[in-house]
Amino acid sequence: MTPQQLPPGARSLLAGRPEHSNLSPLSVHSMTVAYNRKPVLWDVDYDAPAGSLIAIVGPNGAGKSTFIKACLGLVPRASGVVEFWGQPYRAARSRVGYVPQREAVDWDFPVSALDVVCMGRYGRIGWLRPVTRGHRRAASVCLERVGLGGLAERQISQLSGGQQQRVFLARALAQEADLYFMDEPFAGVDAATERAIVDVLRELRSRGTTVICVHHDLQTVPQYFDHVMLINMRVVAAGAIGVAFTSENLQRTYGGRLTLLAEASEAVARAERGS
Amino acid sequence: MSPGIHEFISIDLPPMLAGTFACLSCALVGNFLVLRRISLMGDAISHSVLPGLVVAFMLTGTRAAFPMFVGAAAAGLLTVGLVELLRRYARIEPGAAMGVVFSVLFALGVLLLERGAGRHVDLDADCVLNGVLEGMIWFPPSEWSEFATWQTLREVPRQVWTLMAAVAVVGVFVVALFKELRIVCFDPGLATSQGYPASLLNGGLMLVVACVTVASFEAVGSILVIAMLICPAASARMLTDRLSSQVVVSGVIATVCGVSGYVLGAFGPRWLGFDNALSASGMITVVAGVVMTLSMLFGPQHGAAVRFVRRVRFVLTIAREDLLGSLYRAQERGEMSLAIVEVADATGGAGGGLAVRVARRRAILRGQVQERAGRVSLTEAGQKEAASIIRSHRLWESYLVERGGFAPDHVHDAAMRLEHARDTERRARLEPPQPASAIDPHDRPIPPG
Repeated sequence: MTPQQLPPGARSLLAGRPEHSNLSPLSVHSMTVAYNRKPVLWDVDYDAPAGSLIAIVGPNGAGKSTFIKACLGLVPRASGVVEFWGQPYRAARSRVGYVPQREAVDWDFPVSALDVVCMGRYGRIGWLRPVTRGHRRAASVCLERVGLGGLAERQISQLSGGQQQRVFLARALAQEADLYFMDEPFAGVDAATERAIVDVLRELRSRGTTVICVHHDLQTVPQYFDHVMLINMRVVAAGAIGVAFTSENLQRTYGGRLTLLAEASEAVARAERGS
Repeated sequence: MSPGIHEFISIDLPPMLAGTFACLSCALVGNFLVLRRISLMGDAISHSVLPGLVVAFMLTGTRAAFPMFVGAAAAGLLTVGLVELLRRYARIEPGAAMGVVFSVLFALGVLLLERGAGRHVDLDADCVLNGVLEGMIWFPPSEWSEFATWQTLREVPRQVWTLMAAVAVVGVFVVALFKELRIVCFDPGLATSQGYPASLLNGGLMLVVACVTVASFEAVGSILVIAMLICPAASARMLTDRLSSQVVVSGVIATVCGVSGYVLGAFGPRWLGFDNALSASGMITVVAGVVMTLSMLFGPQHGAAVRFVRRVRFVLTIAREDLLGSLYRAQERGEMSLAIVEVADATGGAGGGLAVRVARRRAILRGQVQERAGRVSLTEAGQKEAASIIRSHRLWESYLVERGGFAPDHVHDAAMRLEHARDTERRARLEPPQPASAIDPHDRPIPPG
């Protein structure tokens, strides 16, 4: 039996390991992921600090999305253990939310914005049960929180890109999870949406929720996040912004990419100035 | 019971019911194939069941319905599995994967047929394509009171019962798992992460497609199966923006196609004075194609006709606003009216001369413009509307220069387009901020709002 298939409530495999904590919302131990036998992520060890906003940063093809998908079991792991609060994913599923990249779905699909947000509650509704009025009400509250209360009945193709991203965010809120994985929530959004997302992230943090975001804009990392995880096929560095988000680590992560490096060093300089 | 009704029930009712049930079951499950953009899967399955039928015959030595059905369903699932394998490892697009799998399996079936079971599986191309609807005959009793007996019902052609069961299975599947199918078609990743494994649900969907395809294609042929998996769902998609209503509408369309297609095929030629009836499943398919075309043209939201009308109205609005704008500018130069010929030049003839002429008519009808002796001028109402257009134009020019960093001589054309976005919904987002001065970059006054 692979670790993924452990029945709910099974004893933690990592409990005896001092480097991992049962209190951590996400503990990854020695995880390797390969596509077609080509390794994409090598021997990842990571413990996410609870109640923090964590950015996953790294160049294209570094395995950032793969990290999220492998944690959630959406792509198979070649080896390694992933635990959520010391439990396997199956047991902790209702506490874990996921926001895929916006391009991952067909926005011509015949559903309304509210329908999509309701999907966030399917996990707690359960098989064969209908979406009740209570769930729809909870979903529309989430839509209002991201500023889309008036667009609930709009078909999703008639929303702007930023509004679509906010629908995804509202759907995540509807999951009422304690740990969120978000795959590039800031990609290609307008300023209003970026602000709305940041507000929601901060609100989540204030309630003790942990959010792990794949993030591309190095400039805003120190501004939006508390912790950072630098990935390039393996974990180059991870920790609090002040410790891990250094020019040296960025150089090791983005090695050789001069334009990005310049951008990164500037961001670090700004982080050091604390502005 | 009159002989006419008896003949109808005997000759026409069984194939009509079978055809309609086939349409209905294919259409309901087809919604999810169309949404997942794998409609060709029905085509693939309906061809690749052949080796399944032959192997089932070779193993059991009978042509009984049950082993045939199991063989066909197994072949259907094998198709789905092979397509998935090819897609994943051969790195080809799904359509190509389906094409490869079903042609190879079909050919394999033909070879097996030649080799082993040739005499016993009577399968000719015509039957595969068009089915055997017309061959279904029922000999009902002559009195209504005797209909409900077990003996009578047992003589109803087997396909009618099979397809009725298919409708029931699909109906239960779609209604019971509606929420699950919706999430797995829209976002398989989220579905899996919420405890609705995408692979399981997709497998279930494919199993149902295989069953429906196998049950239908014997009666109505693969052409109708393919058409019915796609046409009603795609037509319904043009008519609605909600999955639940799409499923219902597709069911209604399928039923209408089935009944009307059969009636047209069986009685249509006679009404026109010809002797022989036409292939029922062929006619149903044609009706489905016609419905599809009509809904593409006349769908309320996405139909081509509606979109065309919307575009024409927009072009006319732009032409009318350009006319008002150029009259306003002429006034600023001190000309209270313009010759019609000049107007066409001033507005650049947007949308062609016809649009300009129609737009002028509409402006006159709305009381914004008056025409006298080949010259046009603004009325009082037109004056107000024109000021609003020019205000929008000049605010945009200011915005583009002050906030966008464009040179003043680069902004006119852009503002010419942007000025028309004055509807209330867009205004909130496009309304430029009030610039410091009420003078545009070309030193002309911006009319007050």
